[in-house]
Amino acid sequence: MKKILAASALFFLTACTASVMQKTNEPVTIQGSDTEVQLVSNLAEAFQATDADADLTVTGGGSAVGIAALINGEANLANSSRQMKPEELQQAKDKGLNVQEFILARDGLSVIVHPESAIASLSMDQLKGLYDGTITNWNDVGGPDAEVVLYGRQSTSGTFGFFRDAVVKADYDATMRQMEGTQAIVDAVKSDKNGIGYAGVGYVKDKQADVKVLPIASGGDPVSSLDKEAVLSGRYPIARAIYQYLPNPPVKDSTLEKFLRFEASPEGIAIIEATGFYPTGVDDQTKNQLFFDSIR
Amino acid sequence: MRKKCTAKAGRLSRHIPRIIFGCVAALTIVLLVGLFALLLKNGLQAVRAIGVGALLGADWNPVSYVTPSWGMSALLLGTLMVAGLAMLFAVPMGLLTAISLSELMPPKLREFLKPMVELIAGLPSVVLGILGLIYVAPLVATMFGLSNGLNALTAGLLVSIAVLPSIASLCEDAIGEVPRALRDASLALGATKWRTIVKIVIPTAKSGIAAAIMLGLGRAIGETVIVLMVAGNSLALPQSLFDPVRPVTANIAIEIKEVVFGSLHWSSLFLGGLILFLLTFAINGITDFFIHRSKHV
Repeated sequence: MKKILAASALFFLTACTASVMQKTNEPVTIQGSDTEVQLVSNLAEAFQATDADADLTVTGGGSAVGIAALINGEANLANSSRQMKPEELQQAKDKGLNVQEFILARDGLSVIVHPESAIASLSMDQLKGLYDGTITNWNDVGGPDAEVVLYGRQSTSGTFGFFRDAVVKADYDATMRQMEGTQAIVDAVKSDKNGIGYAGVGYVKDKQADVKVLPIASGGDPVSSLDKEAVLSGRYPIARAIYQYLPNPPVKDSTLEKFLRFEASPEGIAIIEATGFYPTGVDDQTKNQLFFDSIR
Repeated sequence: MRKKCTAKAGRLSRHIPRIIFGCVAALTIVLLVGLFALLLKNGLQAVRAIGVGALLGADWNPVSYVTPSWGMSALLLGTLMVAGLAMLFAVPMGLLTAISLSELMPPKLREFLKPMVELIAGLPSVVLGILGLIYVAPLVATMFGLSNGLNALTAGLLVSIAVLPSIASLCEDAIGEVPRALRDASLALGATKWRTIVKIVIPTAKSGIAAAIMLGLGRAIGETVIVLMVAGNSLALPQSLFDPVRPVTANIAIEIKEVVFGSLHWSSLFLGGLILFLLTFAINGITDFFIHRSKHV
């Protein structure tokens, strides 16, 4: 009996080791933005279908978590929906890293409300007033007499930082409910008649039945984030690029380099559009091309 | 010759178990003291850098756009509200469940129901959180006319479900240990069953019941996943039970992932942990003191 047990244990151990040893490439760990996590997961899945030896793992946690993991040496690629701050770049430099930036896609950060909300659009000033706490009742912006319920992200989120720097330009109102992810904001606004939230366009593009996307006006007519041309040209006031960061330039022909090229290829762009985000613009693609050309 | 050998071997083998058990017990104590020392060291670092006055403020904003603020009152009030509500629901229900299980039910039914109650304890907190999001929060929202059900009340209800099985089970054990003779004597003297329970059984089982409550309170104060999902997660000072709260545990869970090791933000989170530890410790200590005092009366 003991001999049979020992033999079978040895057999299973070798079988496990054998299956692990089949993927000879180094695994690529991708961590960070919650806005980008579904998109990059889709891209990674499609990439692994073309390249069976590739081993990619994608997790979320927020842009700040991804950047921290990058600096600590725990991730090969950090998804970030905001640019790295000067302090973070300095920390990376102090650790001997040569951080590289890759522009993944374009996002029109969407402002969402309940489908039955009476609000048709908002100006940038009104949006700022709502989120910094100066406007507390919906009737101050053309809605019913009801208290505004704010939904946002937590401080680990790049979208939290981007929205604060681009729209609120002050601290968020303390009553804002800090949800753990973009999907949580969408779910909360879907069931809250007095709620307002912000979410990457990929999360709301096909969800018109669940949430209403508000057009935003910045000194002119209201522009919707669902309007691809407006987002890419910059007419939509809260459009942004979403990024990926590497700790060092990738090795030529490594899985990481091939994956980045896949993301910039027509196939990758098709997946980006299918997920609901927008493809990189001409300037973005020029920058990315310079980055690719620098890889030796 | 043979007798001498066995006597020596006997002496040594007698000591080995004692040594092993002694080591394990010492390890447990070392772990506890070590944990406390870690919390104390890092927590005091935060107190020295921030100052007690600033910590008592109501504004927690370490990553502020303007100036960082470190006021923990809103966080602590959130913890107290959720734990208080949870105990308010769980203690009476747990005690009544225990009484009915051990005093009022036929033995066959008790054999079946007690494991059922303990099965609820096996429910992971995440599952309770999901149930809260899908069922309890919308229910609370419609019942009280709120636009949204993620608040201290919902969190308190769900944490009470998490805590109820352990309170009920431990209370039932404590009540079961009251000697049958005591009950029989009371009934023989003419007291009704209910009077016996209230005046004789419960006071005798008092220390076991208090232990059950302390365990439940420790769990309620330390509950993280449920409050992370349903407590509403807002940093404003809660004005009522229907306001969203962010208890200290949820705050630590959220912010620990983005802090730089050794920074002020990092040690302030440890301070939160230290405060929770001391709170549970103090409540346990006070309860123990009262039990021992009444025992010696």
